[in-house]
Amino acid sequence: MVPLSFYLVLSAFLFGCGVCGFLIKRNIISIFMSIELMLNAVNLTFVAYAAFWQKLSGHIFVFFVMVVAAAEAAVGLAIIIAIFRTRETLNVDRVNLLKL
Amino acid sequence: MNSALTFLLTAVVKILITIFVLLTAVAYTVWLERKVVGRMQNRWGPSRVGPFGLLQPLADGLKFIFKEDLTPPYVHQFVYIMAPMLALIASLSAIALIPIGPTITLGGITTPIQITGVTNAAGESSDIGIGLLILLGITSISVYGVSLAGWSSNSKYSLLGSLRASAQMVSYEIALGLSLVGVLMLSGTFSLREIVRQQQGGFWHWNFFGGFQFVAFFIYIMAAYAETNRIPFDLPEAETELVAGYHTEYSAMKFAMFFMAEYTNMITVACVASVLFLGGWSGPVFGPPILQSLIPIFWFLLRVFFFIFLYIWIRGTLPRFRYDQLMAFGWKFLLPLAIANIVITAFFIAVRG
Amino acid sequence: MVHLILFGIFGAICAGAALNMVLQKHPINSALSLIVVMVSLAMLYMLLGAEFVAAVQIIVYAGAIMVLFVFVIMLLNAGEEEHTKGSRVAMLIGFPSLLVGAGVLVYTLVLKGGNTASLAIGQFHGKAEDISDLLFKNFLLPFEVTSVLILIAIMGAVLLARKGGTE
Repeated sequence: MVPLSFYLVLSAFLFGCGVCGFLIKRNIISIFMSIELMLNAVNLTFVAYAAFWQKLSGHIFVFFVMVVAAAEAAVGLAIIIAIFRTRETLNVDRVNLLKL
Repeated sequence: MNSALTFLLTAVVKILITIFVLLTAVAYTVWLERKVVGRMQNRWGPSRVGPFGLLQPLADGLKFIFKEDLTPPYVHQFVYIMAPMLALIASLSAIALIPIGPTITLGGITTPIQITGVTNAAGESSDIGIGLLILLGITSISVYGVSLAGWSSNSKYSLLGSLRASAQMVSYEIALGLSLVGVLMLSGTFSLREIVRQQQGGFWHWNFFGGFQFVAFFIYIMAAYAETNRIPFDLPEAETELVAGYHTEYSAMKFAMFFMAEYTNMITVACVASVLFLGGWSGPVFGPPILQSLIPIFWFLLRVFFFIFLYIWIRGTLPRFRYDQLMAFGWKFLLPLAIANIVITAFFIAVRG
Repeated sequence: MVHLILFGIFGAICAGAALNMVLQKHPINSALSLIVVMVSLAMLYMLLGAEFVAAVQIIVYAGAIMVLFVFVIMLLNAGEEEHTKGSRVAMLIGFPSLLVGAGVLVYTLVLKGGNTASLAIGQFHGKAEDISDLLFKNFLLPFEVTSVLILIAIMGAVLLARKGGTE
């Protein structure tokens, strides 16, 4: 018998790791992966509450979050590849001028 | 607590038996392939080691164990060692979901012949409600073994081979999944045991004949050949093209793991095709109850053997696709055909009921 | 009891892999840790009775999105990270802010949330039939809109990754 708060604490910890990675990392792909981690933490909260209130709407919302995350990952990685082609670097500290 | 312990013990016994049978089957599938392809090419195949070359897999296993396991310089160590393990784990896990036979009763314990199956107190056997989806998920995980192996090897041929292989596997996964939706609509459930149960009682009940899923069957076969990187889709590991593709830099036991993973994938595909399209274990049974539980296993293995023979037959017969032909085939032919199959099956289901 | 043990195992794997993802320098190690996080989250979803969501998590997240990430890391040959001045400042602020942020969240959700009910395994069953029932009746419009969204994303990705810029 696992109380709801255990799942919420785990979700908060994952979200915190995502924020921490987003602030610390300098590689654009690692920053992107931290965003995915934050989305997963939110998914865990949705599914936990859906189980405790016995409603299926939580699962539907998780479904939509996954779809949006997939679309965002595809377009974001295409943008990263386009930036890499011109700037030749993946370090966000070096992509700081509007013109090359 | 007692039933949980019973389930655990029976599951461990089933896992041990399955691993033993599966690994022997993989070794002897290699023997079968070399024999059959040799005969098709008008030569003997392995015939020196033991009668009919039957001890050849043993000799091969000993060779792999004694070979020097070298690691090329500048590889990414952790990923290099982990990639073949990932491929093998994904291949072996898929067997846990496949229903091999109906329930068997030994010593007062009734259990289905499937690692993930349970029998409740009323004697009804069931398995995971989403078996088919988990199977598709495990197929998606097996892409990692290929792509990580090629990247970590620090070699041009490996990287190119792994990129091509991963792109091919990801493209044909879609056609694979969509070809199974027709069967899903006919059965109304994701559970593999339930799908087999609905196909019992004569060959006209099978999804291939009575369900008219022959187009889906052929799409599944072609997509599965591309997923397991077999001829005619084996450009990423062809020797004349890319040395050996993603497993160029692997030697001895790690290469043996890739090899085993490929043949285990073949066996898994054969099992899934016979479960979904050819009625699983349906066939005439007779005799005392213990025989009635074991004879369906024989019918199931007959179907699996037929599929493996088909794999080897096609390997000995067809040339391989060029890479752009391969991708065009997957996206421009198989995918629209699979979607058309779904639409037509849905139409017939709506008209019928 | 079994529920607590299983939650403990998969929760520990999840939290450990998430921490590993932040602490690793090479992006491929971070990607592999993230895959471990996603698979363990799928196991946690199964514990919560959400079997369909767990299968979709493995197929979509661990099997497609992370493959995309691994592809891009392989193609661009992203090397190890370097520590610039900006990143050291960020680390100085980042780790404490992680603790503060997570602490505030935990405090709000656990102590002020007011709901400490427990759930046994098997009490709630998120079957595929029920989810599809909801998806095609109540949530039909968002479902169709997401399919248009995916189409737009595909077109955008193909356009952006094409050589020669936009025309």
